[in-house]
Amino acid sequence: MFYRIEVWPKPGQPDIVARDVLSDARHLGMTGLQEASYATVYILEGRLAPEQLGRICVELFCDPVVENFAAAVLTPNGRKPVRGLPGMFPGPDKPGGSVHVVEVSRKPGVMDPVQASALKGLSDIKINSVRSVKTARKYVLNGELSKSDATFIATRLLGNATIEDCHVDVAEVPYDIRIGKYAFRIQKVPVRKADDAELLRISKTGQLSLNLEEMRTVRAFFAKARRDPTDLELEILAQTWSEHCVHKTLRGQIEFNGRPIDNLLASTIAAATRRLNKPWCVSVFEDNAGVIRFDENFDICFKVETHNHPSAIEPYGGANTGIGGVIRDPLGTGLGAKPIMNTDIFCFGNPEMPLDKTPRGALHPRRVMKGVVAGVRDYGNRMGIPTTNGAVFFDDRYTGNPLVYCGNIGLIPRDKTRKEPHAGDLVLVIGGRTGRDGIHGATFSSVELTHQSEVTSGSAVQIGNAITEKKMVDTILKARDEGLYTCITDCGAGGLSSAVGEMGERLGAECDIEKVPLKYEGLAYWEIWISEAQERMVLAVPPANAERILKVFTDENVDATFIGRFTGDGRLALRYKGRVVCDLPMDFVHNGLPRLKREARWTPPVFADPLLESIAAGKSSKSPVGKAKGDYGDDLRAILSSPNVCSKEWIIRQYDHEVQGGSVLKPLVGIDNDGPGDASICAPVPGSTRGFIISCGLNPKYGDIDPYHSAASAIDEAIRNLIAVGGSLDQVALLDNFCWGNTNKPEQLGSLVLAAQACYDYAVVFGTPFISGKDSLNNEFNTGKEVIAIPPTLLISAIGIMPNVKMAVSMDAKTPGDLIYIVGMTYPELGGSHYYYTRGLTGMTVPRVRGFQARDIFAAMSVATSSALVRACHDCSEGGLAVAIAESCFAGGVGAEIDLRKVPFNDEGQAGWRRDDVLLFSESNSRFVVEVAPDKAEDFEKAMGEVPSARIGRLTVDNRLRVIGLKGGAVVEENLADLKEAWQRTLKW
Amino acid sequence: MKKPRVVVLRTAGTNCDCETQYAFERADAEAERIHVNRIVEKPSLLDGFQCMVIPGGFSYGDDLGAGRILANELVHSLRESLARFLEDGKLILGVCNGFQVLVKARLLPNIPDAGSDGKQWRSAEPQATLAFNDSNRFEDRWVYLKAASDKCVFVKRGEDMYLPIAHAEGRFVCRDEAAFKHLVENDQVVFRYVGPDGKPAGYPWNPNGSTDAIAGVCDPTGRVFGLMPHPERHVEPTQHPRWTRDGLAPEGEGLRVFKNAVAYLRGNF
Repeated sequence: MFYRIEVWPKPGQPDIVARDVLSDARHLGMTGLQEASYATVYILEGRLAPEQLGRICVELFCDPVVENFAAAVLTPNGRKPVRGLPGMFPGPDKPGGSVHVVEVSRKPGVMDPVQASALKGLSDIKINSVRSVKTARKYVLNGELSKSDATFIATRLLGNATIEDCHVDVAEVPYDIRIGKYAFRIQKVPVRKADDAELLRISKTGQLSLNLEEMRTVRAFFAKARRDPTDLELEILAQTWSEHCVHKTLRGQIEFNGRPIDNLLASTIAAATRRLNKPWCVSVFEDNAGVIRFDENFDICFKVETHNHPSAIEPYGGANTGIGGVIRDPLGTGLGAKPIMNTDIFCFGNPEMPLDKTPRGALHPRRVMKGVVAGVRDYGNRMGIPTTNGAVFFDDRYTGNPLVYCGNIGLIPRDKTRKEPHAGDLVLVIGGRTGRDGIHGATFSSVELTHQSEVTSGSAVQIGNAITEKKMVDTILKARDEGLYTCITDCGAGGLSSAVGEMGERLGAECDIEKVPLKYEGLAYWEIWISEAQERMVLAVPPANAERILKVFTDENVDATFIGRFTGDGRLALRYKGRVVCDLPMDFVHNGLPRLKREARWTPPVFADPLLESIAAGKSSKSPVGKAKGDYGDDLRAILSSPNVCSKEWIIRQYDHEVQGGSVLKPLVGIDNDGPGDASICAPVPGSTRGFIISCGLNPKYGDIDPYHSAASAIDEAIRNLIAVGGSLDQVALLDNFCWGNTNKPEQLGSLVLAAQACYDYAVVFGTPFISGKDSLNNEFNTGKEVIAIPPTLLISAIGIMPNVKMAVSMDAKTPGDLIYIVGMTYPELGGSHYYYTRGLTGMTVPRVRGFQARDIFAAMSVATSSALVRACHDCSEGGLAVAIAESCFAGGVGAEIDLRKVPFNDEGQAGWRRDDVLLFSESNSRFVVEVAPDKAEDFEKAMGEVPSARIGRLTVDNRLRVIGLKGGAVVEENLADLKEAWQRTLKW
Repeated sequence: MKKPRVVVLRTAGTNCDCETQYAFERADAEAERIHVNRIVEKPSLLDGFQCMVIPGGFSYGDDLGAGRILANELVHSLRESLARFLEDGKLILGVCNGFQVLVKARLLPNIPDAGSDGKQWRSAEPQATLAFNDSNRFEDRWVYLKAASDKCVFVKRGEDMYLPIAHAEGRFVCRDEAAFKHLVENDQVVFRYVGPDGKPAGYPWNPNGSTDAIAGVCDPTGRVFGLMPHPERHVEPTQHPRWTRDGLAPEGEGLRVFKNAVAYLRGNF
């Protein structure tokens, strides 16, 4: 029997869901929608007395203070009222005309986190006759709408066809859907007889993403073994050999402009770490996260991952599982770290893009952004992990292929950083159950998206359930501290295949696949093994601890099941109901992959740069960028309003950035708690003032011009953010996350090679080793007409240890009368700048990093901050000096007057560059705007020593920013309130 | 002198348990985190404690409304032991999700019926709820709180505080005008959101649209207290969002809540 319950706001209570729908619809230009109302639908399957159903409604589903409900039995002849319960559902009896009813339900097999909680609640009120609980969302739409208009709103705004069904004006949405039973049969794939064309067909139709040479290697292996592989064996090879799991491009052979590079990662990023050989690097590039020393008791793990393709198709679920996945990395590092902080960095298309300009098959950027933010919010907040650092970058090339970087930091006792399974240990899978979600995620993330991806790759989308993961974290840490297991890893891309495969790489493993607990019936053995269902971890457990460890998990309602053991015979042997479905040598699985050979090339592009051209020609006054003007207030406000610079408060506030109590410097700072902090500081051990700083840098706009200097600038940005808040270079580690277009294209790979080389060069100069990284190499979107590649996007994340967090410095200006310094040298570097960007230009003069000078500046700044000589410090980044001083002033509510004539400037031999706009908006690296109290000025100047720095002005009592130009008159004279308003209005959603 | 003992109740989705434990320890109590399953198995565990705190988080994912399922579990599985806990004059504190749990379990505001002394936990009709924020989203921000009740053990009149909130469902709504009136007249409104000048103010100062800007309430005895803001997130001076401007205070303002509780327990147990 099925029961339907609907719950909606009482009259007089705000219908906040409907209000948001109306506002989103208006924003997308769907003006026909005039009214909306919302109800949550619960579908119960079971046998219930009317009295029981009533209790369920008022005790579990409906909050009678603010909500109404209705209930009915669903029969083949329609809804039947239930005695004693209200039976009037909201909305029209017969939809049509101007009123439409949209019901959004989950597709069969898509995880519904409400079910488990509802069943728990039901069992607490002693009702055990309910078999399943499903939820749906019902919207009643009213206005000048045809049914097809309503369908448009439903699919564009209300539901996501990948995981949901949108029913428009359907009298009774069917929920009695059964997933078919699975009939077990071993499938063999005839590769031995296949010719090359057939091999490629097998790879493509099976979504294996293996190239011809790899398929030939598979064919040769099985020819020698004198048998054909099972479908599962092929799947395992495809997963293990996927770009996502093995990074075959960056570890392969590359010929770059004619020069051979053997393993780009090893020869650049890892080489820097090797060369620096820091004693505080505990574990680098070997475990699920990089590990560095923290204090005498703890080490710290840091990992950043991307979840781009799933987020393109289902932003909420993609981002949700992106953060869920990266949390399991520190958790699966060593014997398990406690997750203590999240980071998130997003790249989207312009959220103001007209709906009809959105490429076919791509979701609108505003919807992607809202979904992604909500996905990170709901997962991170539920996990009780503060999300305290991040960035957002907009460029229309991200529309079909947004980037979602999620990071996690974990705290781990120093004696728990090593793991090693032993032969005879049992394979324990814990956490979530396995479903069909996320099949082919590993191979899917390694291919280009197309306008059909939404249709064909739906099963690659995973849906997260944070509470399952939270329970798992709580219990793992308990089992860890009791020493109950020898090894742990997460089920990430590739699922059990990847987790058991990696853990058993040296030992071999045997498992019985049918023992894996499932969400529902109907999964084939190969699906179970490669499913990327979320919230699962695999542990190696000595048999003596088997009973105790099960109790630790079941005590807190965490599923835990032994599925096999690590054997020591070096084979991966899998059975399903007693029959062998996989028997491969681990050596072939892990080392059989032929090395990739790729060609890389880089030809510097040419962009129009009118200013450069006119100055080179000695005719600066005729610059089409704009003659040197008298006033740059408009330009400053335009840059402050541009989406990359503007306030991200709307996002930041939706994240809990204070849970766990460690936050020392928050993402929003200043007199009204709304200024843009440079980096976050956390003191993770209660009662201790030792902490760490997290910051990041990325600047795809520079990458269009020059990937080498773009990467150098990203490193500089991450480090200078960390220096700005009071850090030092003493113990800073970096993470690299490369998101690139299709690196089968030589130009794409060429730009990546240059970026990686910059990583080596600057990591060495700064003494900041890389400890972990990840790449995502096929970020392109095929609209059916053209292929849009994302800009080359390197995210650098930095973590620095801070011995005493009480020395932290925030960016907000503080005291009128204090002196303002600029530290660092300004060069004529407007290529890729926001000054150009707001004029539709890219330009050529990309900011470079003078490594040794930068290192000396950073060192001098840390001496100043650690000696308490600095009252405020803000780094100069997008928008240059002008934006930095403006942000610092309005964050602090304090005015300023500065003089551009005093700014140290190096015109690199071209006198025409010394202009007001160049000084205001050049984005030269390694620069800071610093507030110093008058009585500290002498000491501060001494601390700066030989590095370029100058006193350029003072903080003032009035609420204005006044900038004196080269001719002695004001070139900016703005009210702080106007500047702040310009900065805040863009993303004030 | 023996330290008062505090149980920090946790379950699936609880996530402020460690810092809540630390806050009580800073206030010189002995605090232990215990999973609700252990207490349901053996309710007498509660006998060893003089104060129970339900910390913040998302108990059971808040999947059926914030705090609903844990509240349901307390009502149905721990009814007698909790009733005894209250009758023994012990303290119960709910922060954020814990407040939501206490309200949905009808332990708050627990306005007495005519003729009752209000010392019993009655589970009649709900008298109030914490509904979705007016902004329809989770928000993390700092709020000014005015303390104006003489009844509550945890917060005295005049102990105004500056604390962070971080929730999506914190809009305090009474069932009806009568319930609201009773709450106010009975001095059960412990904290109200105010502007920086201490005067009534709208969003964002009242961050969720609560009726009468109510941020925290106690029961008629003053020994059960729930609030949306997080006092445990402001026990160290470095947790203040503007300490880099205004300097470091000797201690965080929220510590007062825990110290008051400990002082009460020392005097009464």
